[in-house]
Amino acid sequence: MDILKRNKPFIGLLLLCVAIAFVSPDFRTTGNFLIILRQTSINFIIALGMTLVILTGGIDLSVGSILAFSSAVSAWLLASGYHAGLAICAALLIGAACGLINGIFISYGKLQPFIMTLVSMTIFRGLTLVFTDGRPINAGENLTFEFVGNGYIFGIPFPIILMIFLFALAYYLLNWTRFGRYIYAIGGNEDASRLAGINVEINKTAVYIACGILSAIAGIILTSRLAGAQPTAGTGYELDAIAAAVVGGTSLAGGIGNIQGTFAGALIIGVLSNALNLLKVSSYYQTIVKGLVILIAVLIDQPFGRKIVMTLLQKIKGRKL
Amino acid sequence: MENVLLEMKGISKSFPGVKALKSGNLTVYKGRVMALLGENGAGKSTLMNILSGVFEADGGEIFYQGKKVSFKNTHQSAGCGIAMIHQELNLIPRLSAAENLFLGREFTNRFGKLDKKKIYQKSQELLKKVRLDIPPDTIVKDLSVGARQMIEIAKSFTIDANLIIMDEPTASLVDRDVERLFDLIAELKKDGKSIIYISHRLDEIFKIADDVTVMRDGEFVSMRPIVQTNEEQLIEDIVGRKVGKRYPFVKGVRGKKIFEFKNLVGKNIKNSSGAFYEGQTVGFSGLVGSGRTELARAIFGAYNLSGGEFFVDAKSVKIKTPKQALKCGIVYLSEDRKGDGLVLSISVLGNTTLSSLKSLESKLLKINKKKEKSIVKSLIEKLYIKTPSGAQIVKNLSGGNQQKVALARALMVKPKLLILDEPTRGIDVGAKKEIYDLINELKSAGMAILMISSDMNEILGLSDRVMVFREGEITANLEREEASSERIMSYAIGGVSSLRA
Repeated sequence: MDILKRNKPFIGLLLLCVAIAFVSPDFRTTGNFLIILRQTSINFIIALGMTLVILTGGIDLSVGSILAFSSAVSAWLLASGYHAGLAICAALLIGAACGLINGIFISYGKLQPFIMTLVSMTIFRGLTLVFTDGRPINAGENLTFEFVGNGYIFGIPFPIILMIFLFALAYYLLNWTRFGRYIYAIGGNEDASRLAGINVEINKTAVYIACGILSAIAGIILTSRLAGAQPTAGTGYELDAIAAAVVGGTSLAGGIGNIQGTFAGALIIGVLSNALNLLKVSSYYQTIVKGLVILIAVLIDQPFGRKIVMTLLQKIKGRKL
Repeated sequence: MENVLLEMKGISKSFPGVKALKSGNLTVYKGRVMALLGENGAGKSTLMNILSGVFEADGGEIFYQGKKVSFKNTHQSAGCGIAMIHQELNLIPRLSAAENLFLGREFTNRFGKLDKKKIYQKSQELLKKVRLDIPPDTIVKDLSVGARQMIEIAKSFTIDANLIIMDEPTASLVDRDVERLFDLIAELKKDGKSIIYISHRLDEIFKIADDVTVMRDGEFVSMRPIVQTNEEQLIEDIVGRKVGKRYPFVKGVRGKKIFEFKNLVGKNIKNSSGAFYEGQTVGFSGLVGSGRTELARAIFGAYNLSGGEFFVDAKSVKIKTPKQALKCGIVYLSEDRKGDGLVLSISVLGNTTLSSLKSLESKLLKINKKKEKSIVKSLIEKLYIKTPSGAQIVKNLSGGNQQKVALARALMVKPKLLILDEPTRGIDVGAKKEIYDLINELKSAGMAILMISSDMNEILGLSDRVMVFREGEITANLEREEASSERIMSYAIGGVSSLRA
């Protein structure tokens, strides 16, 4: 029972997959699973950073804009003939710098994370528009860079490998290091953490930097897959990332949650859009279905929702007897 | 008996996994104060929640005003004139006193418009009744805890309560407000109202209660008129065994000077200097707001100073943040466990090692969890922390055990100077005794201890030296032999000569 409780998001994911597998034969192929994982990779990598931020009790609305900005800069560097390594480093640096700005204003300037990242979301987007002059940038041909988004290692798409690597790294950080403990402590009670001798400001800033870097990595994958940058790329990605974290059981109040849950949450969202596409559901309806699934996932965690589930279960049991 | 207002018999209640109440009995007489005592987890709160209709009892009977009753919700109990004043006050900080008083029972005209004038007038009457001299439109946020308590009591008048339940009403009150509360209780009694009074402070019970009921482990233990019992007997009933002396003083052996502060200046700190020695407990006494906590927090780097110097082992050090203080071997335990003392959402283990994770790091910044577990296990045993395991979330522990977790975190740092701010507030007698013993043990092992307390007996019972505070100043630095409650009070209040007599 305890194991069931702890892995609720995964059980939801499993049920969802089984249900879809029944109705859609196209869904249950290895190829399709790799497609789902690759499509999920961008959202999940951002959601990783988002989960860290939410665990400290914050939120980062600027992830989509950071993605677009770093994507634009890397595409421009490639188009200007610079080496792929330089383009990647520049993108990562921009992600880190954007995160640093968020972190400093939130930690030291004591601004509400929601307000600060709302501000930086528009500013970073504006910077992207100015930089690209509002036009897409074609990155041109660069085999090394294309590998990031389109390459395979042992038949597995590289973005999936990258995603799993980052997942493992974040898991290690959260569960095995001091930094991870501090994240949970700060999210649980910032004042108590400070009195326990934690440098709250530095740790919070570090989390926003990590979130910025992860958004930039997602930006690199996207740029590589599209062989270019769109000034409006990543619009609304922050909501998908927040949804993945929340569906995965992370509390927006901070201090409670984990990235395994976020992984399941991102996959639930990924599987759902994949299935709805396969079932040829119009994209207008898709957003409604997505919203409803998130609603159900979050509701189950509340007393009200639990009551409904319990009575339903009892009714099913009663019928069998 | 004719003057019985309430009788609860054999009340039982189970929650998933725990039998919170086995057989709760309680009799309350008209116009009398019934004190309800017991350790945390003895079932007092559960019993009161059943009475006021928050929970439904599994078994047992309740007779109120001679009739058998069972309340399904708090509306029903309020309708019968039972009011409960919770430990955590249920006022809305951003609303005014008047708005709070009539929350949910507002006067309106035919069109649903608020009759503000009537609310204001009625509030004025009620506030006058509880002798709270404030305009009804004062915002609750700006009031002291004591004043808020009075508003809660005034609220009970709006439902014309015959029985008022007070759950640890003095836990966070200043002495002056406590007196005011006691006056009010006396007046309520005169009006024929009955009161159930829950408290951990025994001295209070003897001041205001008429009868006293003790519970232990979800069961009724004893009921006596207060005049027929004494402190020792009550403690024995509460704990279930003889405890021995309440304040087991062990004389400290003064070692070398390990910490000194000179000319500290800040808000509510006026040019204060002093020193702490190995093997000594120094008590910080004074009224709430006298600057005790501010100075202690300043020593720990958690309070802004505009000037002053610190010396550790006679070497000048900078302490601007708690992190720096910890490096100097200073630990501070907050008086506000929930506010900034503990991270309630993480485990016992997580809290215990939070300040000393660095010492547990091995290669690749990895925390040595095996070592961590074994250290935490030994601390849980050493401090008698009642928890199923180190993985238990701290929120689920009782107040006394939470405080012990905070202590465990402090001990793990192996401090030279341990600062304890109200270490036994809201903690039951048994756990208090354990904490006192621990303080003495640490002192004997050579630790310097600074203890802030509002409880005079605690100060006198444990300190080798007492520093008295008044309005941000250290007004006295008394050796144990020189200290007495009268002397301390006189320095705390001022006007030494007038009180000497």
